[in-house]
Amino acid sequence: MQCAQIQINYYYVGLWTGHDFHSQFPSFATCSKELKECSGHVFVDSVPEFCLPETELIDLSTVDVILISNYHCMMALPYITEHTGFTGTVYATEPTVQIGRLLMEELVNFIERVPKAQSASLWKNKDIQRLLPSPLKDAVEVSTWRRCYTMQEVNSALSKIQLVGYSQKIELFGAVQVTPLSSGYALGSSNWIIQSHYEKVSYVSGSSLLTTHPQPMDQASLKNSDVLVLTGLTQIPTANPDGMVGEFCSNLALTVRNGGNVLVPCYPSGVIYDLLECLYQYIDSAGLSNIPFYFISPVANSSLEFSQIFAEWLCHNKQTKVYLPEPPFPHAELIQTNKLKHYPSLHGDFSSDFRQPCVVFTGHPSLRFGDVVHFMELWGKSSLNTVIFTEPDFSYLEALAPYQPLAMKCIYCPIDTRLNFIQVSKLLKEVQPLHVVCPEQYTQPPPAQSHRMDLMIDCQPPAMSYRRAEVLALPFKRRYEKIEIMPELADSLVPMEIKPGISLATVSAVLHTKDNKHVLQPPPRPTQPTGGKKRKRASDDIPDCKVLKPLLSGSIPVEQFVQALEKHGFSDIKVEDTAKGHIVLLQEAETLIQIEEDSTHIICDNDEMLRVRLRDLVLKFLQKF
Amino acid sequence: MPEIRVTPLGAGQDVGRSCILVSIGGKNVMLDCGMHMGFNDDVDDELEIKAYYAGHVLGAAMFQIKVGSESVVYTGDYNMTPDRHLGAAWIDKCRPNLLITESTYATTIRDSKRCRERDFLKKVHEAVERGGKVLIPVFALGRAQELCILLETFWERMNLKAPIYFSTGLTEKANHYYKLFITWTNQKIRKTFVQRNMFEFKHIKAFDRAFADNPGPMVVFATPGMLHAGQSLQIFRKWAGNEKNMVIMPGYCVQGTVGHKILSGQRKLEMEGRQVLEVKMQVEYMSFSAHADAKGIMQLVGQAEPESVLLVHGEAKKMEFLKQKIEQEFRVSCYMPANGETVTLPTSPSIPVGISLGLLKREMAQGLLPDAKKPRLLHGTLIMKDSNFRLVSSEQALKELGLAEHQLRFTCRVHLHDPRKEQETAMRVYSHLKSVLKEHCVQHLPDGSVTVESILIQAAAHSEDPGTKVLLVSWTYQDEELGSHLTSLLKKGLPQAAS
Repeated sequence: MQCAQIQINYYYVGLWTGHDFHSQFPSFATCSKELKECSGHVFVDSVPEFCLPETELIDLSTVDVILISNYHCMMALPYITEHTGFTGTVYATEPTVQIGRLLMEELVNFIERVPKAQSASLWKNKDIQRLLPSPLKDAVEVSTWRRCYTMQEVNSALSKIQLVGYSQKIELFGAVQVTPLSSGYALGSSNWIIQSHYEKVSYVSGSSLLTTHPQPMDQASLKNSDVLVLTGLTQIPTANPDGMVGEFCSNLALTVRNGGNVLVPCYPSGVIYDLLECLYQYIDSAGLSNIPFYFISPVANSSLEFSQIFAEWLCHNKQTKVYLPEPPFPHAELIQTNKLKHYPSLHGDFSSDFRQPCVVFTGHPSLRFGDVVHFMELWGKSSLNTVIFTEPDFSYLEALAPYQPLAMKCIYCPIDTRLNFIQVSKLLKEVQPLHVVCPEQYTQPPPAQSHRMDLMIDCQPPAMSYRRAEVLALPFKRRYEKIEIMPELADSLVPMEIKPGISLATVSAVLHTKDNKHVLQPPPRPTQPTGGKKRKRASDDIPDCKVLKPLLSGSIPVEQFVQALEKHGFSDIKVEDTAKGHIVLLQEAETLIQIEEDSTHIICDNDEMLRVRLRDLVLKFLQKF
Repeated sequence: MPEIRVTPLGAGQDVGRSCILVSIGGKNVMLDCGMHMGFNDDVDDELEIKAYYAGHVLGAAMFQIKVGSESVVYTGDYNMTPDRHLGAAWIDKCRPNLLITESTYATTIRDSKRCRERDFLKKVHEAVERGGKVLIPVFALGRAQELCILLETFWERMNLKAPIYFSTGLTEKANHYYKLFITWTNQKIRKTFVQRNMFEFKHIKAFDRAFADNPGPMVVFATPGMLHAGQSLQIFRKWAGNEKNMVIMPGYCVQGTVGHKILSGQRKLEMEGRQVLEVKMQVEYMSFSAHADAKGIMQLVGQAEPESVLLVHGEAKKMEFLKQKIEQEFRVSCYMPANGETVTLPTSPSIPVGISLGLLKREMAQGLLPDAKKPRLLHGTLIMKDSNFRLVSSEQALKELGLAEHQLRFTCRVHLHDPRKEQETAMRVYSHLKSVLKEHCVQHLPDGSVTVESILIQAAAHSEDPGTKVLLVSWTYQDEELGSHLTSLLKKGLPQAAS
């Protein structure tokens, strides 16, 4: 699960949102009605439930915007948009929304087929849960686990999404700009730039530097970030995806040649496109041309069709194909030549077409629901058959646990194309963010491999880490905001070079702020005093728009000042030295001017003309700020 | 003086060719010579280009070109009414300095699309019923697909059997393009494409030139659309002599083309070799052109809210009419340069600078006070270093530059006739000022002095005249206005005590 929230300029931007999926499979009855035991493991017998992102910590009605990174990261969206008072906007790319819809549709469909009517709740009692074996006793926030949403809720949630394109700049409240960038991981997958005019936060989640089907990751646009939030790294840092694909193909071929069937538990979109493409190149050379490939999912057809129409979101090679015009993915040809067949479920047409040995791609990869359950039961007893795990989201041992004892072969080839730690280091060196923020587990080696110091993020300065439900203050302070100086005002400014290359101009202007945009306009013209006429009230002549005088700087050279006085007709000038400076006396005018390094004091009779003349003489020697 | 310059090189008061040079913020952009699709491309650090959906043909886009705060929108060809396979053009309220819009249909206001479609179907149906052949000259992409969808659904509904053909090998390829680029079509097609691809036609077959001589009714879509050459012209010559046949021109025809001639009523056409072709077939015109009509152009101008409009593509006379209409309705200036003629628009871009948050917040906080309605002045110092402009408070500017403040203070002696004691004089000064300066903070301090804001007033005895008191009024240069005001106020003397 990935969920991060960033507050910038008082607006909340939520980033995320996937959900952990926890569900236990029904099997043999033991002690209670809810808990079942199977091969020494205890399971909860219940309708599958889902663990949501942390929602206790924040009031979701105060979240202004949700940015979706990829279709795997939006599975919890209906819970947020439909049941929390959230009224903000959700942004996502078109493939993210379309494929996300397919993933949710499949999930809803699978869950609706589960015959269980009851949610198990007794085991969630803290006193009971404490006594249960692992992993049940370690499950977090079990009281907040929820049942699956309905298709109606999915549609309603998706209708609230605003579609965006890569590099599109989206203005939020006039204060922040968000931009999705290609993250290279999946069709339409995005990293997000959240920036004001002076601050830039990058949210990097689920990115890949490998060349698979999506558009390559846009790294250049991540440069100059003040903060880079890094999440969604590979779950299997030790497995090389290319090697895994090779193993996948060879195990598949081996099984089929021996007359066995291959089961590939998978999601209906994503890695399956790459696997089909590999098989397309592989089957003829491996002599598998006559082996049927079945893709069974309520959204199989849609997924295969949709993959072909998102040309602008694909890698360069695939993009050039559509201009020929040819379908970008070769699975079109597999379907045309009848090598790949797809079915909404194993009921109906499939049961009559079904030939063995064969290869079946179907979900759900957790093995807790979906058509995969039937194939596990059908093929589990024969050692000729093989189940090959490619999705990295679930522990294959946990997934298989309820089916034990099992005769079929199990191959674990997790294919996770997301960044590994070597790639992260390279990326961070390349884009050089001022600060890196990431989940705690990335800052230390995995608990099971504590000696592998290479399996953690290595960057300077060290990454700041966060834990679940922790609020992190980002280590940068906003100092500036953009303001526009209107051309008329700019024309009236008088710049003065104060040091080589540095000029100053004092600005007195009217500030207008609208929709968080600030504009400086010229001050209104001073109202001309209505000469001589009596005013009703003495306070009237205090201007509404009080013109504040600038600060002064500099010092007065006494000799030159005296010369200036003389030039302006003052005579009878006497200068006395004091401890800190001088006193200039104008004896006739009974006026005294104290001059020190950082101050000047004019003491005179109430003769405004005289005072103003002296004032202006003094000001000539000083700089205004 | 900053300015935007526009020179049409092949689109000014002219239909068809399109090439426009725009100079904005020191960048030169040539419009319409093939652009890479994308959204918001930062071409370089300063030039930014954003594409909007234009609806004219598959993949058509309008572009916003932006340099700093100056921007130009170029529409290219666009269509403001959604049709059977494309969505409508759309733009946000981007308020460009200039909107360059095509004006092919500057004075046309089309009747409702539904009527036109019904009319079209009725005419095709009648011609086919009486055994005639119908020729529809089209361009390969765009209207052709639109009309194919229209006829396909009609044939399906009416269960018609007459064949429909689409000329050249383009059908399949074009439809393949449509399938792969379905995301550019309208909502409905995109939504249903998995179940049913609208571009896979059941009734429409590829045309072979031999079919033209087949007996019986048929409908043929042939290229090009203006009957100036190629297959459409060939078929036209074959069929023109039979009054049962019909040609439907679904779009604009440039002067000089056969299409233009027959639409303007010419029935005897001189073909090459002095041959005269007599046109007996029925000639129909239906504007299915996916260009915005006058209403659509006005609509787009209204959406984008430009500061000025420039018309390209169109005939001078019609453009003149639209120009007046735009100037009247939107009160913006409107231009229509001929090819090679340059339009120069002076712009006055505002200057973006960084304002220190401290200064801004201080001002904004004051803006929240009850008397915030009055315009208030913000004071600061603009520090310009290379191209980095920052507006900070004067104090911060001094500090940053390592300079000390120089304090300028004035003390004025105001002589006042008052035989009372100094403390009493001070008291009288206090009451007077308190009653006069209602909007200022006037205080009487324990040491006997009076303050107005930060201005200090002390009363002292006169060294020679016991009947006179001297008020010492002291203020800094920053309080100049108030200090000066106070001294003049006190000079007038104090009101006589009631006693």
